Amino acid sequence: MNLIWLKFARDRSALTGLVIVALVALIALLAYQIAPYPEDAFSSDPMRRLRPPGAEHLLGTDSLGRDILSRVVLGTRIALGIALSVVTAAMAIGVPLGLVAGYFGGWRSEAVMRVTDVFLAVPQLILALALAQLLRPSLESAMAALILTYWPFFTRIVYAETQRLRHAMFVEALEGLGARPLRIMFLHILPNIASPIIVRATIGMGYAILTAAVLGFLGMGAPPPQPEWGLMVAESRDYLPDAWWFATFPGLAIFLVVFAFNLLGDGLRDIVDPRLRRSR
Amino acid sequence: MLLFLLRRVLLVVPVLFGLLLLTFVLTRVVPSDPAAALAGDQATPQQIAELRATYGFDRPLPEQFLHYLVQIAHGDLGSSYFTRRPVIEDLIERLPATLELTFFALLLSVGLGIPLGVVAALHHNRWLDQVLRVFSVGGIAIASFWLALMLQLVFAMELDLLPLRGRISITGDAPPHLTGSYLIDALVFWRPDILRDALEHIALPAATLAFGSLATIVRFSRSGVLETLQKDFVTFETAIGYPRRVIIAKYVLRNSLVSTVTQIGLLFGGLIAGAVVVEAVFDWPGIGGYAAGAVFSADFQPLLGVTLLIGAVYAGVNIVVDLIHAWIDPRVAETM
Repeated sequence: MNLIWLKFARDRSALTGLVIVALVALIALLAYQIAPYPEDAFSSDPMRRLRPPGAEHLLGTDSLGRDILSRVVLGTRIALGIALSVVTAAMAIGVPLGLVAGYFGGWRSEAVMRVTDVFLAVPQLILALALAQLLRPSLESAMAALILTYWPFFTRIVYAETQRLRHAMFVEALEGLGARPLRIMFLHILPNIASPIIVRATIGMGYAILTAAVLGFLGMGAPPPQPEWGLMVAESRDYLPDAWWFATFPGLAIFLVVFAFNLLGDGLRDIVDPRLRRSR
Repeated sequence: MLLFLLRRVLLVVPVLFGLLLLTFVLTRVVPSDPAAALAGDQATPQQIAELRATYGFDRPLPEQFLHYLVQIAHGDLGSSYFTRRPVIEDLIERLPATLELTFFALLLSVGLGIPLGVVAALHHNRWLDQVLRVFSVGGIAIASFWLALMLQLVFAMELDLLPLRGRISITGDAPPHLTGSYLIDALVFWRPDILRDALEHIALPAATLAFGSLATIVRFSRSGVLETLQKDFVTFETAIGYPRRVIIAKYVLRNSLVSTVTQIGLLFGGLIAGAVVVEAVFDWPGIGGYAAGAVFSADFQPLLGVTLLIGAVYAGVNIVVDLIHAWIDPRVAETM
């Protein structure tokens, strides 16, 4: 454990990622305390519309006179909320399926892995769009669509890892002692394959935030007046090039948070899986 | 090699069948009233009843599925509820524009990404490498719709260097139709004026689309070269006095680019998906913009058609990638 921390502390980019992620989580928790105009999540003030960045409004105001800094800060709650629920739910579906497929093999693994293939046969964004559309556009539909497109990634990795451990000495010993499959899978195999799952989940956070923003931009995510970053960028389009700040800052927020999760995910992968070490 | 190709094609069949089953379940089984779901919000009861009759929603499900398969085998992807045009016709008309954009973006990201990745690896841990490393992680974190707007803001609106949207100037003509790609057609019929116009129009959307995959390719080719450089044969060749340039150009590159090539298949899927957003922002008249339009008007049939078409194109591209992979590394074909 100490060794892992030592390695982590030496990896400057992973550490940067962790610091930013921690900061963003803090901002999300304290959003209503930090935002200078917390009421601007929903209320508008046409008297101060489209003000450029200045002392009163650090990042300017939008077309309805709402403070952009406040909305970007409040948006962290939506982004992290979506990402956490999507990744957790995708894990809840994908991990057990991968365990079953990898442990039992045979028709069970065929069935699970062929379904996984089908979900991976179409680019994730396209599938998410079709699903969100079918479920009627709303924030919940967007989240459901993201969950349904992301679980196969967990299944695939858990399947491969479980197969690797299937005939490990400790698994065969447990079988010899008469432990039931469920017990072996969840209490003994799962803890041994936690690291790649955590790495996947970290990268999945970035994926979920980015894709949720795309759905929001296309009008299939959070409805107005929610301070969702993708939606904010979409609303800014009619005011370019004059109100450049309106489009710029929500997009920067997306970039920063996704970047941080990717840095962290990369760093974690290098530490927990030296085989994949990308000679950084 | 032929056997390899045949096996590879056969592997795709169950996946495509599964995709059809999945779309069938999603559109016909999940919604309580599939006719109403297909028709969209603005449909009248007569329209819904009409749909129910044409698609046979009152029949048993297996019969419906068979009917669905037969329909798709005949190229019938339904029609748009707004324009009333058959989806398949729209798709055929718009596919060349999307293929032109995605292949141009792919060319851009491979053509720039591999040299940059190799350069980064050869400058391992020096400042150039550090810069490219930040870029390769950052590039995939940028939302493409935002990058598109930023590029429009700087290059089209502020600097007025490149056109804001579209595939060709409104005042200019399209080249004579041969392949459907304006760039290739303008080259073949040698119309430099159109070629220039088309190049100016494709520059920003292609740059937006290429950005994420460029970052991925830099990353993979960099790590591929770094890994190969540590192999024993490189040490051996260095020891017997081969010039470094020859070792890298002749042996290291071929050995290290295998993993990059396999990435290209995955990237192509990302590019085609990214085209939805990029085409929507730049008014590019391809299937991506078509899908985005269908999203805005809650028109489900076109979106379903796009999903199936992209699934098929994606499968085809992956077969081609596997063939290239087998050509670079013949051991691959033997293990399959």
